[in-house]
Amino acid sequence: MSKFKYTEENEKEFARIAKKYPKIDAMMLPALWLVQEQEGWVSPDAMVFVADKLGKTPIEVYEFATFYTMFNLKPIGTYHIELCKTLSCMVMGAPELKKFVKDTLGIGPGETSEDGKFHFSEVECQGACGGAPMIALNNQYHENMSVDKLKKIIEECK
Amino acid sequence: MAVELVKIVSKNFDIPDSHKLEVALKNGRYESIDKAFSMQPDEITEEVCKSGLRGKGGGGAACGPKWKLMPPVDERPRYLIVNGDESEPGTFKDRQIFQYDPHLLIEGIICSSYAIGAHDAYIYIRGEYKWFIDRLNEAIEEAYEAGIIGEKVMNKYDYRIDITVHRGGGAYICGEKSALIESIEGKRGHPRLKPHGKECEWFYGMPATVNNVETISSVPNIVLNGYESYTKWGTEKAPGTMLFAMSGPVKNPGVYELQYGEKMIDVINDIGGGMKNGMKLKALIPGGASCPILTAEEVEKAYLDYESMWDIGSTLGTGGMMIIPEGTSMVDVAKNLIEFYHHESCGQCTPCREGTGWIDKTIKKILDGNGSEKDLDTIIDVCGTMNGKTICVFAPAVKDIIQSIVEKYRHEFEEHFKS
Repeated sequence: MSKFKYTEENEKEFARIAKKYPKIDAMMLPALWLVQEQEGWVSPDAMVFVADKLGKTPIEVYEFATFYTMFNLKPIGTYHIELCKTLSCMVMGAPELKKFVKDTLGIGPGETSEDGKFHFSEVECQGACGGAPMIALNNQYHENMSVDKLKKIIEECK
Repeated sequence: MAVELVKIVSKNFDIPDSHKLEVALKNGRYESIDKAFSMQPDEITEEVCKSGLRGKGGGGAACGPKWKLMPPVDERPRYLIVNGDESEPGTFKDRQIFQYDPHLLIEGIICSSYAIGAHDAYIYIRGEYKWFIDRLNEAIEEAYEAGIIGEKVMNKYDYRIDITVHRGGGAYICGEKSALIESIEGKRGHPRLKPHGKECEWFYGMPATVNNVETISSVPNIVLNGYESYTKWGTEKAPGTMLFAMSGPVKNPGVYELQYGEKMIDVINDIGGGMKNGMKLKALIPGGASCPILTAEEVEKAYLDYESMWDIGSTLGTGGMMIIPEGTSMVDVAKNLIEFYHHESCGQCTPCREGTGWIDKTIKKILDGNGSEKDLDTIIDVCGTMNGKTICVFAPAVKDIIQSIVEKYRHEFEEHFKS
């Protein structure tokens, strides 16, 4: 039995989305997105909750959640900085941005700052190659990024 | 002659607030619907066949013949699935449609669903595109409220169409059509074994067609203006236009609609504005990271259509040109790309799962100064063991790009042996 619960609003949202599909199985991604949007991460307890809702076993949900890289399987900082590292971003200066994050916040890929405010991820192509280099801050894209621009963004978050 | 932009799919991109229904309606959106519903579904499919419309997601397969793979209409539900996963490095064209003309995609879905007899369409979009997903959902909501979709089309045609956006979870392989279907069905995005003969896709055991966002968005113009309006552009074998993307150090990176067959170097100079800050072009990956790399000399001889690209030993892919300037280490490029592929291999087939890891490890060994000629032979050998021995074309794509870099820039790898 899971202690996790959707908010009333998310419970309604789950029911609304579920009607769109021929089988409840298709709710795996939407259900996990609702969890992550509500909690910021997908806990083992929430996976049990999703399994109960979809008639799956918890391990099936775990296998699914671990395949898709966007689900946070542990709590992350308030601000999630995702730096694209793939080719066009590399050519246009992503390595300098990575170094700047390390120098400024003291965190490397996969790490959270001591105050719990920032989490840094190095991610594969984000489909923003024309605006390389780019970062996403809590899903919001910031393209044509420079050290100066990133410095300003981090200052605003502090 | 200078390269010119063509405005078919991108016609409304520059109009302020083009994503809003009110603006879209004033600028020609949904005009194809009356024409579509005055035709029989098979007639639309024939029109699309005659247009020669080819899939814009990378494979370049003809769209009309693909629709014909659907079985005759019976009591079973049938589906249209629109592929907006767009995870191929260098590719960022579908997001322009989500951002600037989502109603064009909805219009294309109505025409295409009617043609194949589908009533439910799912648009699978990569999870990272949250902002674009929200914008598309707003447009779908507007279309429902206006009665454009729902129980009746355009409030008058007795044909139900429902559209649902399905947000992915960050897995490159879900751009592969069968992996995409598995993913919607609530499973890991593992590609399916392909049948011996050509047949449609199957969604929960029911017939389905999977098309790319740009492909579906090309349909309304063909329906409204006839196939001749499309075949006047492009080449004989690749009629029409494509949204070509340019990234890297050119003056004007971005997405541009061009007819097929333009000379690549002219596109880079006339449309891309040429290289930035006096840089020189060293190499180019023509259609997303999976296509064999071209040297600067090969770029001079390249034309942007499928057959021409095959002739010079590469592929057109998604049309996403990734420009690499002089001064970039091609060993670093290979390392960057193999890290991507190693990370994104779904792990289902051993040659791919182990092969990407093996090449990744070997290139890092070379970069650490511990490599030898034998390691380059190993990379080529591993590429051979991956090619054609897996369920999907992920592993052959890895072979294409990595082998081409090692073969064309072998001397750069050898430099690391000497140091």
